[in-house]
Amino acid sequence: MPALKVTDLNTSFRTDDGVVRAVSGVSFELDQGQTLGVVGESGSGKSVTFLSVMGLLDPRQAQITGSVQLEGEELLGASNARLRQLRGRKIGMIFQDPMTSLNPVKSIGWQLEEAVLIHHDVSRKDARQRAVEILKQVEIPRAEQRIDDYPHQFSGGMRQRVMIAMALINNPEILIADEPTTALDVTTQAQILRLMKDLQSEYRMAIVMITHDLGVVAELANDVIVMYGGKVVEQSNVDDLFAKPEMPYTWGLLGSLPRLNSTSARLEQIPGQPPSLLNPPSGCPFHPRCEFVMNICRQELPALEASVQGEGHRFRCHLDDEARTRIWNQKRAALGAEETAA
Amino acid sequence: MTHFLIRRIFWAIFLFLVATIITYLIFWVIPTNPAQLAAGHAASPEFLASIKHRLHLDKPIYIQYFYFLQNLVIHGSLGRSFLNQQSVDSIIGKDAPVTASLVFGGAVLWLSLSVPIGIISALRPRSVTDRLTMTFVLIGISAHPVWIGLILSFVFGYKLHITPIAGYCNFIPGTAGAQCEGPVQWAYHMILPWITFMILFAALYVRLIRANVIETMSEDYVRTARAKGASQRRVMIHHVLRNSLLPVVTILGMDLGLALGGAIFTETVFNLPGLGNQVIRAYGANDLPIITGVVVFSTCCVIVFNLIVDVTYGFLDPRIRMS
Repeated sequence: MPALKVTDLNTSFRTDDGVVRAVSGVSFELDQGQTLGVVGESGSGKSVTFLSVMGLLDPRQAQITGSVQLEGEELLGASNARLRQLRGRKIGMIFQDPMTSLNPVKSIGWQLEEAVLIHHDVSRKDARQRAVEILKQVEIPRAEQRIDDYPHQFSGGMRQRVMIAMALINNPEILIADEPTTALDVTTQAQILRLMKDLQSEYRMAIVMITHDLGVVAELANDVIVMYGGKVVEQSNVDDLFAKPEMPYTWGLLGSLPRLNSTSARLEQIPGQPPSLLNPPSGCPFHPRCEFVMNICRQELPALEASVQGEGHRFRCHLDDEARTRIWNQKRAALGAEETAA
Repeated sequence: MTHFLIRRIFWAIFLFLVATIITYLIFWVIPTNPAQLAAGHAASPEFLASIKHRLHLDKPIYIQYFYFLQNLVIHGSLGRSFLNQQSVDSIIGKDAPVTASLVFGGAVLWLSLSVPIGIISALRPRSVTDRLTMTFVLIGISAHPVWIGLILSFVFGYKLHITPIAGYCNFIPGTAGAQCEGPVQWAYHMILPWITFMILFAALYVRLIRANVIETMSEDYVRTARAKGASQRRVMIHHVLRNSLLPVVTILGMDLGLALGGAIFTETVFNLPGLGNQVIRAYGANDLPIITGVVVFSTCCVIVFNLIVDVTYGFLDPRIRMS
């Protein structure tokens, strides 16, 4: 049984300007101990997907349909009390900005203890002991002393470690990490990623890594879903995705990765803006920015079809197999040429 | 800490000088003759001149100000009333408790009303409860305290005979010439003034608290708390309230400091012998020492309450405690 199974998830928000369909028809599975990378630009629906999974969206604003199963248990429609039991106990979540994600007026010890006390009937002393233990595991130096410090006395990287500690303190099955390294500087990013990898092998939890950084995906993920305009446009295991991406948007993402040994002075970029979710483009959401756009792309949303490349590799594109293979080979040759020229 | 205190003290002195100089300047600009008022209409020119001399009114305004400072610094005295030679210190000492009763009693009422209502409104913005509350808030903010006071006094005092119409009783019994005294009578006479005060401020505070709570609820750390599995109650009590009430403490300190200088409207309506009423009388009589005395007193209140706010803030917010 997969740790997390999401089927045909739709999330829309009622706003004064109309209904915003932030997530439409998203399906995926996440097995125990595996890592799922979720890639996409801002506004692609990747965060909203997992806030829906967590039940953290305001039900007065967000309408969610579909199915979210945590170890076989349906979460959509579950009672608030049940969801509270699962949040923080079975699923932990960490967020993008560690500077604002901790309560500024409570010591980090208090906040860690709270996470234990919500779910376990133990004394504050025991909770504190557990807090010190987990702080050591996320490699906070002098954890016994620092536990009484307040968030503003920690650096960004240290705060993200505290966030990770707080999410893992109850040994959850799944850790959802929403761009955990975006707000950190590069060396800290690498440390946090390594820490997450280490903790994963120790705690055997599944990780959802939401990011716009394909480098992070390549490093951590087993499977990837690429989201665009609230839809999954490509999903695959990580090797297949990097070996032969099938969708022009994914090509664009790979092309815009900076390379140290590149001779070209400019970074490739995907032209245009992410689509408006209020007035989404007709047909394929990517068609206004796609350099291979055809007439059918403006009219029909391509189905999420299986690729011949590998098992479980699926994508949305109207281009036929032959055209996609030809274009990707050209693109790869161009990218490769830059690298060999260097 | 010493650095902080020194800065504070200099700031207080500066504030005090500015406030009193402005008071003297206004007095100097307005064409008045307080000596005439003190001497009476039938006074002879010689008598008038002697009064003028005795009150230093024959000196230029900056000399008068200098006398005032000298008196305050050397003798610790705010001077004597032009009108009846009563000591300003004793007048303020007598009137300040009345104003303080009004302000602190009112504050307890308005806080105990506006904190829960503000939170309930914030929990369900745009709901019927919220819209109703906001309507009452708008009325409360728009209605003048004199009008509110008169209506209350008319309905509950004059028509229903539930409360006194006006007047004040000393909290501590034993004052000579008092018509009524003791805590019960004191509270009984203060009910309507407190409510008047409460309506005015509760409206402002409900709006302030509602806005702060709504803002805090969208903070990232509140989302973190909910991701931990915290209940709505726990989220509100431990994560939202303390953070959203921090700015309220600042405003409360300023409001209390200012109001202690005289709640003129409420005191007038209910005929409370507080600083506000005293100031109104002093304006009518051009009684500069009393006006300056009250200005000095309210300046001190503002300074002291700001200090209290800063210290409280240090307790409530660890970010300030450390720096």
